[in-house]
Amino acid sequence: MNAPNKSGWKPAMELSEDGMHNGPATTTGNRALMLEEPLLFEIGRADVTGVDLPEIDTSALTRLGGLERADAIGLVGLTEPETVRHYTRLSRQNYGIDLGFFPLGSCTMKHNPRLNEKMARLPGFADIHPLAPQSTVQGALEVVHQLGHWLCTLTGMPAVAMSPKAGAHGELCGILAIRAAHEARGDAREVVLVPESAHGTNPATAAFAGYRVEDIPATPEGRVDVAALKARLGPDVAAVMITNPNTCGLFEKDFREIADAVHAAGGYVYCDGANFNAIVGKVRPGDLGVDAMHINLHKTFSTPHGGGGPGSGPVVLSEALAPYAPLPFVRKDDAGEFYLVEEEDGEECGPTFGRMTAFHGQMGMFTRALTYILSHGADGLKQVAEDAVLNANYILRSMEDILHAPFAASGPCMHEALFGDKDFGGGLSTLDVAKGLIDEGYHPMTVYFPLVVHGAMLVEPTETESKTAIDQFIAAFRAVVERALDGDEALKQAPYYAPRRRLDETGAARKPKLAYEG
Amino acid sequence: MRYLPLTDTDRQAMLATIGAASIDDLFVDVPEVARLDGPIRGLPMHASEMAVERHMKALAAKNLVAGDVPFFLGAGAYRHHVPASVDTIIQRGEFLTAYTPYQPEIAQGTLQVLFEFQTQVARLYGCAVANASLYDGSTACWEAVAMATRVTKRSRAVLSGALHPHYAQVVKTMAHFTGDTIADAMPAITAEPDLDGLIARIDEDTACVVVQYPDILGRISDLTPVAEAAHAKGALLVVVNTEPVALGAIRSPGEMGADIVVGEGQSLGVGLNFGGPYLGLFAVRDPKHVRQMPGRLCGETTDAEGKRGFVLTLSTREQHIRREKATSNICTNSGLCALAFTAHMTLLGEKGLRQLAAENHRLACLAADRLAKVPGVEVLNTAFFNEFTLMLGGKPARAIVRDLAERGVLGGVSLGRLYPGVDALEHALLVAVTETTTEEDIERLAQELEASIKETV
Repeated sequence: MNAPNKSGWKPAMELSEDGMHNGPATTTGNRALMLEEPLLFEIGRADVTGVDLPEIDTSALTRLGGLERADAIGLVGLTEPETVRHYTRLSRQNYGIDLGFFPLGSCTMKHNPRLNEKMARLPGFADIHPLAPQSTVQGALEVVHQLGHWLCTLTGMPAVAMSPKAGAHGELCGILAIRAAHEARGDAREVVLVPESAHGTNPATAAFAGYRVEDIPATPEGRVDVAALKARLGPDVAAVMITNPNTCGLFEKDFREIADAVHAAGGYVYCDGANFNAIVGKVRPGDLGVDAMHINLHKTFSTPHGGGGPGSGPVVLSEALAPYAPLPFVRKDDAGEFYLVEEEDGEECGPTFGRMTAFHGQMGMFTRALTYILSHGADGLKQVAEDAVLNANYILRSMEDILHAPFAASGPCMHEALFGDKDFGGGLSTLDVAKGLIDEGYHPMTVYFPLVVHGAMLVEPTETESKTAIDQFIAAFRAVVERALDGDEALKQAPYYAPRRRLDETGAARKPKLAYEG
Repeated sequence: MRYLPLTDTDRQAMLATIGAASIDDLFVDVPEVARLDGPIRGLPMHASEMAVERHMKALAAKNLVAGDVPFFLGAGAYRHHVPASVDTIIQRGEFLTAYTPYQPEIAQGTLQVLFEFQTQVARLYGCAVANASLYDGSTACWEAVAMATRVTKRSRAVLSGALHPHYAQVVKTMAHFTGDTIADAMPAITAEPDLDGLIARIDEDTACVVVQYPDILGRISDLTPVAEAAHAKGALLVVVNTEPVALGAIRSPGEMGADIVVGEGQSLGVGLNFGGPYLGLFAVRDPKHVRQMPGRLCGETTDAEGKRGFVLTLSTREQHIRREKATSNICTNSGLCALAFTAHMTLLGEKGLRQLAAENHRLACLAADRLAKVPGVEVLNTAFFNEFTLMLGGKPARAIVRDLAERGVLGGVSLGRLYPGVDALEHALLVAVTETTTEEDIERLAQELEASIKETV
C-alpha cells in the first residue's frame, strides 16, 4: 500500500490492516511531537498577564464621561512563556510552505524569502504613521512609486492603483473604474460577462458593483468560447472579466481577438491577474488589450499568505481607465519630491471614483514585494515564469497516463495542471485523494475548482521546488491515485496521521459554535 | 538565482520527459506579437541579498521613524508597544507560510487561533459573534452598512458627522455603485457630540446609523439613546471603533445596544506600517444575524474520532460557493494580523488590557492638562480616552504640524488634512497619547507648540 518512492524513504512504523498505528494509546492524548493544545480560554486566567504595566488606581480615570466599564470583559491572559508555548504548539498543527510541497492550484504557494520579512520590519517602514507629514515619509512614498513603476513595466500598462487590500478588492477597484468610465459618458451598461471557470470573486465583485452577471461557456479545450462571447457582446455589456492564464491552467490564445471585439462593442476588458506568475517577465498583458488587471502581490510576488492574508491587490489600468483610479495615489513632482494626491487636490484627482480604504494600501506588502522583485530582476522574474510552467508541465505529463487530464490534449499547460476524478473506483472521489495526500505529508492541490471539470484537482507546483521534490510528489500522487482507481476503501477514512481525522463540517454549519462559551 | 532550485540539467531532463524541445515550446499558446524575446528592457537584473538590503535600507532611512521622536499621531492608527514575542509567534513558518485553512485536518493551528480571535473580539465588543477578520476598519465599516441594508431591506444609511472622514469616503464610494443613499455630515466642533441632531436624521427608510466611538475628535458619549432611537425606527446601530485599547476602559458598544460593531484592530499586535496591512474587526450582537455577515467564520466541530476540532463554516455565504449571490466579494482577509492581535491580547489578558487602557488615559489626561496651558490653545473635549482635539486659537493646524515636524516633533493630525477645504475645521489638531508617550515627550510638544504658534501666522 505504501507509495513507491524514488528517494527510498519508508514509513518507520508498520501499519495494521486498517491503516492505523499499532502503538498504545497515551494518557495525555499526545503522540510524542504531536501535541494536543487546549483553548486559550481553558488555560488562561483573568488575573494573569504577560506584560508589565503600572498598577493604576482606576478611580483616577476621570475624563471618561461616566462611561467606565463596570463589568468584566471576559478576556484571559497568559504569561510570556505560556503564550509562546501555546501558539508554538498550535503552529505545529499547521501545514506551511516551509514544511513541504504545497501545490495549491491558483494560490501560488511559493517560498517566501526571509529577506522580504527583514526589510518590511525596518523601523523606517514599519514604524511610520500613514498621516505623518509627507516630508517625513519620502522613502515610503518612493517605495510605493518604485513598486508601481515595476508593476506597470512588467504588465505594459500606463497606470496603477496601489491601494486595494487584496485580490478581490483589486477586482472591485477595476470594475468600479470601468463603471465610472461608462457613467462619465452617460452609458448605463448593466451586464458583466464572466467565464464559468472564473474564480468566485469575479461574479461576486461584479454583482457587488451593481452589475448583472452572465456566464460565458468554455470550449471543450478549456478556453473561453470566443464565438459565444462575441455573439453576446452588445450595448448592454460593460465588461468581460477573463482570467489569463485561465483557471484550467491554459493561456487564452484568442485574448487579443476577444479584447478587440469587446472594445469594438464599447466595453472594457478586465483581466484577473491571479495567475500572473505563469507569464511574469515573459508576456505583458498590456500587449493583449487589457484595460484593468489586479496583481496579487501575495501570489506572484511572494508576500506570505499568513493563513489567509493579509494580501495586496494593486490594479494596473489602461489610459482609458487611469483617470478614474481611486485616491490616494503617489506622484513625483519636478523637484523629485514624492507626494500623495488626496481628496483636496481638486484638479489632480481628476474624475476619480473615490476611495477604497482609509489609507494608502498594504505598505507592509509593498516593501516585501519590492524586495522580492529587486532580488529577481527582469531576468530572474522571466526565469520564475519559465520554471513555474516547466514544473507544471512536468507534473501534467507524469500523471496523464493514470489520471484523467481533461485538457492535456489542448497543448502545454501554463503554471498549473488540471485533473479530474472521472475514472475513480468504489465511489472514491477527489476529496479522498486530497486526504490521502495529507497522510503522505503533502498539502493537497486545489480541489473541486474550477467548476467546469468534474472532481477538479488543480496542481500548481510553483518555481521554488527542486526536481527531486517534484519527483517525490509525483511518486506519492501516483500511488494515491492508483489506490483511488482501485477503489481502496481505506482512502475514504484518510487522513489517519494528521492532527485531526476528517472533521464534521455539516454539523459545524447546522449548529454554529463560533465563540468559546464558558 | 538563490530562490530557484532547478538546474539547467534538471530543466533539460524535464523538457525531455515533457517531449518539448525548448522552454519556448511551452509558451506556444502565447500569440507571437505578445511574446518577449528576452528580459523586459529598462529594468535591472537580479541582485544579491546584500545589494537589495542596501537599496531598501536607503529608502527606509529617508523616513522619520515614529519611535525616534515625540510622537502624537492617531486618527485611526495608533502607536502602541507590541511585546517582542508577538513577532516571533507570527514568524513561525507554520503560521506565516500557511494558506487559508481549507484543509482543516492540517490547519488546526490557524483555525484554533481564529476561534480564539473571534472569541476575544466578540467579548471586547460586547457581541455574540465576530468573524475571522476583514481588510481594515474602513472596509469593515462599508461591509457593516451593506449588511444592514440586507437585514433591514432598506437602502439609506445615516453617518454621524464624527465618523472618520476616510471611512465615510469609503462608504460613499461604494454606495454610489450599489445605489444606496448615504446621509453624511460634517463634524461640529463642540465639546460633546450632537447625538440629538444625529437621532433626528433617522427615519423610517433608514437601514442603519453609523457612529464612531470614541469619535474622530476623540469624544466619547453614551450611545444608548441612539440605539433606542434607531431600533424604534426599525434601523440598526453600527458602531465603529478605531482604538480597541479604549474598550479596556469604557463600556462596550454591544452593552449600549449596537447591532453591528466594526473597527480597526491595528492597535494590538500589528503596528503602524504606514497604513497597512491592518485588521478589520466585525461582530454582531444578535446571533440571528450571523448568516448575513461577510467574511470567513471559524466554528467548532468534532472529527471522525470525536476529538474537538475547528473548521471554516457557514461558507454558503461566501463568494467561492455563492458567487454573485454572496454576502461579500471578500476572499483573503487579514489572517496573520489576526494572529498578531490574538497573541498580543493573550499577553495582555483582562488585567493587562485594563492596565494598558488606564495608562493610556492617565498620560492623555496629563497631556491635555499640559497642552491647555499653552497660550492660545484650548482642549475641546469634555470626555476622551487617549485622543483629544486641540483648538489652536485661529492658527492653521496643517502649517503647525509641518512646522512641528521641522522641529523634530510629530505633533498630531490636523483636521485640515482630514477635511481639506473646510474652513471651520482648519484650526483644530488631533493629539493621541499612548503608553509609548513619555512625560518628556509631552513637555517637548507643549514647548514646541508654543513656539510654533508664536511664529506661525
